[in-house]
Amino acid sequence: MNAARQFRHAARAAAQDAEIAGILRFNIATYDAAVALGRGRFLDWREARRRAEAIKRDAIAQLDRYLEEFERRIIARGAAVHWAPDAAAAREIILEIARRHNVRRVVKSKSMVSEEIHLREALEQAGMATLETDLGEYIVQLRNEPPYHIVTPAMHLRREHIAGLFHQKLGTPADETSPEALVRAARREMRQRFVAADLGITGANFLIADHGLVAITENEGNARLCASLPPVQVVLTGIEKLLPRLADLALFWPLLATAGTGQPITCYNSLLGGPRRGGEPDGPRELHIVLLDNGRSRVLADAAQRELLHCIRCGACLNACPVFQTIGGHAYATTYPGPIGAALTPLLRGPAYDHLAYATSLCGACAEACPVGIEIHHQLLRDRAQAAAARRRPWSERLEIRALAWAAAKPRRFERAGRLARRLLRLRPQAIDGTRLDPLRPWTRYRQAPEPPPQSFRAWWRQRNSPPAPNSMAAEPPS
Amino acid sequence: MSLESSQERWPAAAGAPPEVALFIPCFVDQVTPEIGRDLVTVLERLGCRLRFPPDQTCCGQPAFNAGYRQEARALMRRFLDTFGNSEAIVCPSGSCTAMVRGFYPELAQSDPALAAAARRVGERVYEFSEFLVRRLGITELGAAFPHRVAVHDGCHMLRELHLKDEPRQLLRRVRGLELVEIDDAERCCGFGGSFSVNYGMISEAMAARKADALEAAEVDYVTACDPSCLLQIAGVLARRPGRVRTLHLASLLARGLASA
Repeated sequence: MNAARQFRHAARAAAQDAEIAGILRFNIATYDAAVALGRGRFLDWREARRRAEAIKRDAIAQLDRYLEEFERRIIARGAAVHWAPDAAAAREIILEIARRHNVRRVVKSKSMVSEEIHLREALEQAGMATLETDLGEYIVQLRNEPPYHIVTPAMHLRREHIAGLFHQKLGTPADETSPEALVRAARREMRQRFVAADLGITGANFLIADHGLVAITENEGNARLCASLPPVQVVLTGIEKLLPRLADLALFWPLLATAGTGQPITCYNSLLGGPRRGGEPDGPRELHIVLLDNGRSRVLADAAQRELLHCIRCGACLNACPVFQTIGGHAYATTYPGPIGAALTPLLRGPAYDHLAYATSLCGACAEACPVGIEIHHQLLRDRAQAAAARRRPWSERLEIRALAWAAAKPRRFERAGRLARRLLRLRPQAIDGTRLDPLRPWTRYRQAPEPPPQSFRAWWRQRNSPPAPNSMAAEPPS
Repeated sequence: MSLESSQERWPAAAGAPPEVALFIPCFVDQVTPEIGRDLVTVLERLGCRLRFPPDQTCCGQPAFNAGYRQEARALMRRFLDTFGNSEAIVCPSGSCTAMVRGFYPELAQSDPALAAAARRVGERVYEFSEFLVRRLGITELGAAFPHRVAVHDGCHMLRELHLKDEPRQLLRRVRGLELVEIDDAERCCGFGGSFSVNYGMISEAMAARKADALEAAEVDYVTACDPSCLLQIAGVLARRPGRVRTLHLASLLARGLASA
């Protein structure tokens, strides 16, 4: 089954799932309330967005320069920088590092880019036990699922689900549902693995060009452990994560925290500048930075769609999106779900994902929520324009649009076609309404169709504004 | 107050009521012509001289939204030719207004002359409530409509045209009308053009949430400035036991004028 059909099936199932609807509604309402408060802490949220947008616009417009500056500065402090053109190359670079150090045990913190390249699967296939140490990611790893959401990976679960899972996998008491006890159980499991790990893998929220730093934002301290306990660390990230200046974090840290969770600032913010230096008590002996392209420079090359690379992966557009709220994260079957995923995935992964740009009402709630002002809904329109121009759309749609354009090219033709269509529709017997025999089924399967009116507006207008002329086109007789 | 005196209530600065070219979206022409007739009723009561340029057909939005920009561009050219000389163009749809004002410039960008024409027409096209409140400076029509009424904010009204208060300003001055703010007034109804038929199951779930909010608020009517949103909401409401009805703002005001 192709991706488009799979999406349709998954979306239908999720749209009819009352339990998941309730969970998402509750979790998103909690998020909305926190974000409303969080935005209020800014002197002027809209001005903050405007500045953030300007900074990202500059960062992406001069990405080549900033990337090289970042690379130069972090190499000067002893880190190694690797450039990965695609997912396979990134996996190979990381596996090669791991093999060189005889790595058996890997701890990793949350990284959507690692999901993008299916890193954990690759490490495990190579015989390296790999543990997700972000609690949400740990939960979905235990469930053998991809993350549901880019910021809150276990957004689709209730506490009871997690209690059941931990009972089964970690042996917690069956009736133990207190968050404290469940977190304690996960921590006990993770602590040993942190200490024993030979490789730590993290993502990066920002790369700072002017100081050559990796900035990591998190709430659990697990990323900091991944970056300080294991002897070797890999930072895997996309090339678009650049910020020009260290000072930009003064805006981007609170902006990301507010848009992501409503927090004023996340609990842990780390800046990594290189491997352990002489006299330092901790930190990795080797630090490798893997910079992933994987389609990003293709997006960069298109001035009209480049702003999609401004995304800081806060997840706000997912939470704001009525489609995401209806079908959830897994239905998309992409690394990045929701509006930003729907706009980016066809560009990063190709035409097999065109359907996602069409599976949206283009309401614009995503753009309104975006802290860096990406016009996501307009980008979805541009994705659609690419798909249609490259003749990747179904012939039936092409025919419909052509027919509409042909009919609307001449007013007389438009009027005659409309009159004919209305006459035909009035012959539609009520008995077939919404059934497979109904020509309007795509509409009437889900809702009632309006009665086709006997007279168009233009016919009414003509009749009203001209003297009666029985033999002319002026009056359209009610048919 | 009767509307015979509308000349007197005209804002001094605005001068005589302008000649208005009616921009009747293709589906209003063919599917919901009563909205066009009600628009005529209201504008004529305000003293506007109306014109319906007969060469208009479709602004091209269905083609544009589906990605077919070449087809949309041909329809845009027709629209710009048809309305190029109009002083004020009034449309009973926020969505079609947004197409002309917001999306035509992008559609025309490869041709500077066309882009200039698009911008010129874009400055003269008004959504109905915007025309009344911002261009004419009128909020008081002397209408009466003794019902509980909620507003649905259409996405293009809200996020492309930034019109939220204009319909409410008009409704607040309708005698007997109780304006009810519902939860999720700004939430999309799920129409989205071809989305409503391509992804009916998602579209319906979105509309159901809107219907839930309307029924919970126990309103008699939901009004909006977009016939397409109302088509979607009405279609879902019709299959539910509730009693909420849909009414375009122009239709509501026209009824309110008739009964005043």
